[in-house]
Amino acid sequence: MAREFLSGNEAFAYGVRLARPHVISAYPITPQTIVVEKLSEFVEDGSLKSEFIHVESEHSALSCAMGASSVGARAFTATSSQGLLYMAECLPYAAGGRFPIVMMNANRSTALPWNIYGDQRDSLSQLDSGWIQAYAENAQEALDLALMSFYIAEHQKVSTPFMANLDGFVLTHTYEVVDVPTQEQADEFLPPFKTENKMSLSNPKNLGFSAGPDTNTFFKYKEHTGLLHVREVVAEAESKFESIFGRHYTGLTESYKTEDADDILITLGSISGLVRETVDKLREQGEKVGLFRIRYMRPFPNAEIAKAVKNAKAVGVLEKDISFGNEGTVYTNVNSALQKAGISIATSNYIGGLGGKNISPQEIETIFEELKEKRSVVRFLGVEVR
Amino acid sequence: MKEIIWHGRGGQGAFTAARLLGEAYSLRENTFVLAFPSFGPERRGAPIRAFTKLDTKPIGNRSEIAKADYSIFLDDTLFSEQALDELKPDGKILLNTKAKIDNERVITIDGDSIAEKYLGLPITNTILLGALAAVSRIITLDDLTEAVKQSMPPRLHEKNLAAVRAAYEEAGK
Repeated sequence: MAREFLSGNEAFAYGVRLARPHVISAYPITPQTIVVEKLSEFVEDGSLKSEFIHVESEHSALSCAMGASSVGARAFTATSSQGLLYMAECLPYAAGGRFPIVMMNANRSTALPWNIYGDQRDSLSQLDSGWIQAYAENAQEALDLALMSFYIAEHQKVSTPFMANLDGFVLTHTYEVVDVPTQEQADEFLPPFKTENKMSLSNPKNLGFSAGPDTNTFFKYKEHTGLLHVREVVAEAESKFESIFGRHYTGLTESYKTEDADDILITLGSISGLVRETVDKLREQGEKVGLFRIRYMRPFPNAEIAKAVKNAKAVGVLEKDISFGNEGTVYTNVNSALQKAGISIATSNYIGGLGGKNISPQEIETIFEELKEKRSVVRFLGVEVR
Repeated sequence: MKEIIWHGRGGQGAFTAARLLGEAYSLRENTFVLAFPSFGPERRGAPIRAFTKLDTKPIGNRSEIAKADYSIFLDDTLFSEQALDELKPDGKILLNTKAKIDNERVITIDGDSIAEKYLGLPITNTILLGALAAVSRIITLDDLTEAVKQSMPPRLHEKNLAAVRAAYEEAGK
């Protein structure tokens, strides 16, 4: 293992190189560009033996990855924001075709107004596309997720595309110290891609077909159960990962000091680090607070959330997203998890960091202060309408 | 945790300095770093900020630095007395200027003259790093030398290392 000083984008690219994809097809877009540049450099200098295909759009990038996957190749692409939306037609296509493509998405605001900075409205708008969705907190987790995403997506029980999300700039462009595994370790962890779901001259079959009203539900049910299998496969992948690399991950979610917490803040992505530090600070002052980080939005960790918050008095959901006319989508999902588990406590929604707006330590402390009031509110950080 | 804010104009290399400082510090075992620019319009001449956070334990707070141990100005046209508000109680400003500033919390260095002599360009980011190594215990000249070698193209090594050393000696006087 080598200690390197890398940005989140670079760390993810290093992880992809270790996974040895056969085909990379991508179109550059800020703040994802560095991943694509780095991978093309790796192909150029011979350190990655991969077919790098320069496509003319994101729609083509994913179409191309589907073509590659359909002949049994390991395929990678990356995008962000408007690029993800331009690609949107192909997202359920890849999921329904059960092509285990891995895509990195650099979370970025969507237009208008035009904005290239980070929020999570791009990926969260595509939750229903059938893809696995994971969110990294830091550059090390980004690299590790790059490697694990192929393992999980390609697992026979899953066979579903994987979207690994990194907060734009705050994670993609921030430099950190990262342990980069050796190729030997990576090869021990990640087996070569094998699938029955491919075009083959020796075993010809029909892929990408139509399914009318009589059979469609069956395919969609299988797609759904494939995603539900992700929970057990993540556990398997993380256990194997830890035995080889020594780093421990905690499945679909991470609980931090939630066991005896009265007030718990639920987060997604890179803001979690600041919330963790705030929890430590408030705990020193005797406040019973905790952090619950969602690592996977699909499959959604209903059971994990219910278990973590069942003894809490209030829950806040902090997200860089708003489903206009309603509330943040993570909040909607969390409330559903609590309702199904028969948990009736105050839940509030904090919409922050839109278009890259800095979220300060004071704002997190204010959220915990407000959670004590045990009200249920939807509030935009920095917009004082009470 | 040590927190450093960099002020410069687009093209002066403030983010490169923030990253180099992080890289120099990360050469030691059990160190943790975040180095990032302010995320705003990036164009030549526009004021930009960059941030370096250094610690011996993991750093979770990715928000911009509000109070710094050192606030470093590559360009004195960006400096005003208000800059003192973004310092910790013991914090100091390191300012590239030919002017004399009568404030014990403001350390000045004529980085432009050093840049002129050693680089032939008005780029002072590595020079201010050399000055930081001289006035603080945050990094050593050796760490800095190693970071320059690891992260800058070889053709830039000799000039920049000479400039860094000259700034280190000048600021250490």
